[in-house]
Amino acid sequence: MSLFIVNILDGFVTGLLLFMLCSGLTLIFSMMGVLNFAHASFYMLGAYFGYQISTIVGFWPGLLLAPILVGVIGAAIERYGLRRVHKFGHVPELIFTFGLALLIEEVVQFFWGKSQMAFEAPDVLNFSAFSIAGNAFPAYKVFMIFVAMGVFLVLLYILTKTRVGMIIQAALSYPETVQNLGHNVPLIFMGVFGVGTAMAGIAGVMAGPVLGTFPGMAVVLGSIVFVTIVIGGLGSLWGALFASLLIGWLQTFAASYNVKMADILMAFGLNQPVDMTTSMLRDLWSLTLPQIGPILPYLLMVFVLAFRPQGLFGKRET
Amino acid sequence: MSRFTNALMGSLFGAGALLGSTAASFGADTIKVAFIDPLSGPFAATGTSGLAHYRYAAEELVNKTGGVLGGTKFEIVPFDNKISAKESLIQLKVAIDQGIRFIAQGNSSGVANAITDAVKKHNRRNPDQRVLFLNYSAVDPALTNAKCNFWHFRFDANADIKMDALTDVMATDTGIKKVYLIGQDYSFGKAVAAAAVRFLGEKRPDIEIVGNELHPIGKVKDFTPYARKIVSSGADAMITGNWGSDMVGLGKAVIGAGFKNPIYTYYAASDGITKTFGKDGEGKLKLVMEGQLNPPVSDRAAAYTKGFKAQYPDFDIGQPRIANVMEMLAKAINKAGSATDMVKVASALEGMEHDSIWGSKITMRPQDHQAIQNVHIMAHTANDVTFDFDNSGFGLKVESTVEMAAADSATSCNMKRP
Repeated sequence: MSLFIVNILDGFVTGLLLFMLCSGLTLIFSMMGVLNFAHASFYMLGAYFGYQISTIVGFWPGLLLAPILVGVIGAAIERYGLRRVHKFGHVPELIFTFGLALLIEEVVQFFWGKSQMAFEAPDVLNFSAFSIAGNAFPAYKVFMIFVAMGVFLVLLYILTKTRVGMIIQAALSYPETVQNLGHNVPLIFMGVFGVGTAMAGIAGVMAGPVLGTFPGMAVVLGSIVFVTIVIGGLGSLWGALFASLLIGWLQTFAASYNVKMADILMAFGLNQPVDMTTSMLRDLWSLTLPQIGPILPYLLMVFVLAFRPQGLFGKRET
Repeated sequence: MSRFTNALMGSLFGAGALLGSTAASFGADTIKVAFIDPLSGPFAATGTSGLAHYRYAAEELVNKTGGVLGGTKFEIVPFDNKISAKESLIQLKVAIDQGIRFIAQGNSSGVANAITDAVKKHNRRNPDQRVLFLNYSAVDPALTNAKCNFWHFRFDANADIKMDALTDVMATDTGIKKVYLIGQDYSFGKAVAAAAVRFLGEKRPDIEIVGNELHPIGKVKDFTPYARKIVSSGADAMITGNWGSDMVGLGKAVIGAGFKNPIYTYYAASDGITKTFGKDGEGKLKLVMEGQLNPPVSDRAAAYTKGFKAQYPDFDIGQPRIANVMEMLAKAINKAGSATDMVKVASALEGMEHDSIWGSKITMRPQDHQAIQNVHIMAHTANDVTFDFDNSGFGLKVESTVEMAAADSATSCNMKRP
């Protein structure tokens, strides 16, 4: 039971971290129709900038400055790169962001090398907040929960209660009409892209000390981010939150419990082959839940696309 | 490359080596060692660090002490194999065509398996132009068992020997009742787990293996759920063969989850890993490894390490065995009186006893060409560390030593000698 509670908390942290990445991506995706393949690379940039700034002036200025820096780079890339490619349609845009992801990874390796960076959580948060049956819960993770919740609330407020948010929402559905009303839609696009990448930057600074800061960190997280926004529904902040938490818990629980395929099959009345080395189905019999855990989100995405193509909270078809 | 050119290159090189003994001052007549390892791509950090080790060892231990065969110098020639077995075979061919007769490789047992096969084949077909394979790091036990051959020499302790030494030390710790095994889901991770189960079962049947699992290699973004299982299992120690970011991710998650007991590893040091763990790893992280850096065994070892740091401030002596490779090769060439007659050089290396700069005796076991040497359990610490890693103040200090680890271990090698 105590392990269950710990897993709930861990899954919550994973989910919120995922949400900080997905919320920006889902806005960009729904507004510009661009699957930003480089989104996780901005997350990596955030971690590396955060590390670099933390070595000079400490963690806290890094948490503030790194996302701003990432956001500015993101906005500049939209203004001087994506906007030019936008004219030629979605496929060139896709290829552009794909190339951008590779480029960012190489640039990061060029400046910081291929080794792990010693990105440390700040000393004030380097203790365990509480522990459940010997399982310590680091204070840093509690802090992550608060930051992610804060980001969600601010974003929700801006999108639903402010004039800027209303224009963004309108531009999501009817960009031409909004433009005809005299609003500067390209500027809105640039702003959304900048804010979206800045949020990925926050996620990077937050995750760097816990998940490690290394050149492969974007690849590890890249594909799962897309899965999450498809499940949640494009353009829906609530959908992104819900899907992120769902996937966070799904992965945490799948990795935590050693449920064996053999037990499930035997529960259905099947007999395990005596000599496993010659059995055709030995791979199936020897599977465990932690082994199939990483593919569960993809399986979920397939089901969502098959039965509810607009995603769990989405309003339009993917 | 045709056989004719092969033979031509061979005879040219042979002539060069002959000249070398009389006319070393020309400089061109060196004994070349091909270093075939990743110098680009994701594993370039390890490869470039290994190359620095070789260059420094050749210079300090051989060339500055008068070279071999009365004055011939060693030269390290780098070849980038991008850690691919296919690319390695091409580079091996290029090296042989350039007349290089000594091949050094270490990263990835997959590559080592390919090279050892290719070398065996080459030597059978070209008896006048044979080459030697100096394996300094690939630890797959098969290389000195089922796949052994006369031209392959392993200078590192293999995965089984390391586990044998590690479990020797763990067996004496009566506080350990439960052990958790976790590793990457591929041949090496499985080999580590199998060896741990076997040796713990033999030496301490009362120890309970409370977890034995493999995780996808390089794909786990958060190790927290695994860490929770390890802490909840009540394990008194854990063993992992993880390397790279999987090592860092697992270690950080486990320590963050409140694991207070020793974490026995194969590769949790250097290349940024030592610095990343910093004080969190103190008292927990242990490594099983050859080559004692701290405390320094002698003034000579200390001077050697200091000199290396002065020349390559960004690298560490993370692979001390490379010094042994160079010294033992030089000794073998001198004893054989030739750098071209590989049967003589290999025979000289076979069974060679050597006093390592790192304080250990080394015996190149004749029946399987596996170096038998002292294997240490080292602790990640900042106390009494003369030579740190990653310029972090933290380094590895020897806690216990298994003298001539696994000297009498069985081998399935059936060595065919020419």
